[in-house]
Amino acid sequence: MSVASGKRGVQALNESLHAIFAERDDVVLFGEDVLDPYGGAFKVTAGLSDAYPDRVLTTPISEASLFGVAAGMALRGQRPILEIMFGDFVALGLDQVVNGISKFREMYDDQVTVPLVVRAPMGARRGYGPTHSQSLEKLLLGIPNVVVVAASECHDVGALLAAAVEDERPVFFVENKLLYGRTIRRPEDGHIGELAVRESGGFYPALTFSATGFGEGSATVVTYGGMLPIVLEAVTELVLEHEIFCEVVALSQLVPMELDAVLESVSRTGALVTAEEGTLTGGFGAEIAARMQEAAWSDLRAPVRRVAARDGIIPSARPLEDAMLPSVEDVVDAVMSLEASR
Amino acid sequence: MTDLATFYERMFFIRRFEETLLDLFSLGKLVGTTHTYIGQEANAVGLIHHLDPDVDTIFSNHRCHGHYLAFTDDAFGLLCEVMGKAPGVCGGKGGSQHLCKGNFYSNGVLGSIVPVATGIALAEKRKRTGALSTVFLGDGTLGEGVTYESLNIASLWQLPVLFVVENNHYAQSTPIGLELAGSIAARGAAFGVQVDELDTTDVELIDAAAGRAVARIRETGAPFFLVLNTYRFSPHSKSDDQRDLAEIEERRTRDPLLVAGARLSDEERTAIEERCEERLAETVEAADAAPAAAPGVAA
Repeated sequence: MSVASGKRGVQALNESLHAIFAERDDVVLFGEDVLDPYGGAFKVTAGLSDAYPDRVLTTPISEASLFGVAAGMALRGQRPILEIMFGDFVALGLDQVVNGISKFREMYDDQVTVPLVVRAPMGARRGYGPTHSQSLEKLLLGIPNVVVVAASECHDVGALLAAAVEDERPVFFVENKLLYGRTIRRPEDGHIGELAVRESGGFYPALTFSATGFGEGSATVVTYGGMLPIVLEAVTELVLEHEIFCEVVALSQLVPMELDAVLESVSRTGALVTAEEGTLTGGFGAEIAARMQEAAWSDLRAPVRRVAARDGIIPSARPLEDAMLPSVEDVVDAVMSLEASR
Repeated sequence: MTDLATFYERMFFIRRFEETLLDLFSLGKLVGTTHTYIGQEANAVGLIHHLDPDVDTIFSNHRCHGHYLAFTDDAFGLLCEVMGKAPGVCGGKGGSQHLCKGNFYSNGVLGSIVPVATGIALAEKRKRTGALSTVFLGDGTLGEGVTYESLNIASLWQLPVLFVVENNHYAQSTPIGLELAGSIAARGAAFGVQVDELDTTDVELIDAAAGRAVARIRETGAPFFLVLNTYRFSPHSKSDDQRDLAEIEERRTRDPLLVAGARLSDEERTAIEERCEERLAETVEAADAAPAAAPGVAA
């Protein structure tokens, strides 16, 4: 199910779904408007209901219940994949996540598992406005016993989705909307473009990029999902215009948080910037900063810097949206600010 | 056919189990909370014997002990769970409201359980097991929006869900007149779901109606909405009761134990009650002696 470079994200995900359906007949996908010929709001499920009419269900607009329906199916040995049309609507299902899906296994003393996947398109930069553009991952990061996976254009996104379906734990699978139209760029001969790349093991690998072939670097930028291309662009700009050489760690498993790749990178660079598309407070970067100062205080020469969206709404008008969201320049500035401490 | 003596024995045991929990609270042997089923026993006992515990499922709510006992007959596992003992059915992790054993589940957030029961029915329908998914609601649950989403989905997809509304006329301390508009039965009918409604504490009438509801689901695969108007004699949880005593006393004249007990001979009734008391005493003694749940303590 490995996805070669060159496909668009939506195609990679779609092909993965077809392969998953061919392999396991206990997988059921449901969500709003997922039937052919429409094939889902972002066309990720195209062709699936034609091929598997009994296993693809279009639903009422009832997210709060659909999370529970998925939970009930998973409790009884099915492998539901719930497509949420816009990740913003995950908010409607949070009771099920907080008080059911994430709790059943542990509070029932391991008598049950809840192997479900919620696919949630997140992210902005398309002018969809305040309620159709958010990156709400941070609402999920603090919930014990769920897995949050975020695909990036440099990951094998199809393999990530297949791993999520095989997982016995509930998995949130975050698809940044821009990923759908982007071209997948997998490492070839240990490189993506000019950057050397290493991929960790595990079902949800971390990618580490280095501008120096894993020699000494100035800073590490840790990010995920739709922020990766922005961070990579910033890293390229830092090399070309400022002769500053960074490493980038792109996580695909956001929680349970495993920071081995970040620790290893920071041991070479001595400084850390976090970059996320969600709003700043209480987010991905905040948790990483807290963990890194506990685990790698002696490796850090400067406080961890966070790059994130401003704490506010995502406006609809594109110039206003751009001003609110983290940019290439924000990442460049954060890394530059750490140079003073060298 | 389950006979009246068996119904009486099951109801009496649930009654005494729940009263015992309240006593254990007073003695300081229980902490946390509990929501007793005292007064509503005929619903669980009349209905649940129509289900096959090896095939059918139940998703219950915070007031789940009566349902649990009627379905599993596991008084020791339940008492240990409520007492925080290691042999508790969930190792003491769930406590009173969060039970799981075989095909029985319960959870403590009103409404939340309804879509999960609907999903269970969908899974079982896909697997062609013939299982029926029963979910217990109350009048209070009808304030939660997901209930209606689930009714819509269950009807739309023709899922074998038995929605049982035990209307005990109070949402915690709030009387139904302050929490519910319109008709309960019409809520089911509005979604094209078959409805039946009873206003009785007679276990034999509940048995008959539940039997018809279950048979209909098994025959058609379609959901059913069974409204059981009922009353709890005990507080919502432990001591939180401001209801009019005269109202409670009037309701006690229709106690399901009185109604069923009057149809048994004194001799038979006494024998049943003595058997239950003996079993309960043994259960309490065993649970009391069991090790407390603690990190690293296995049952």
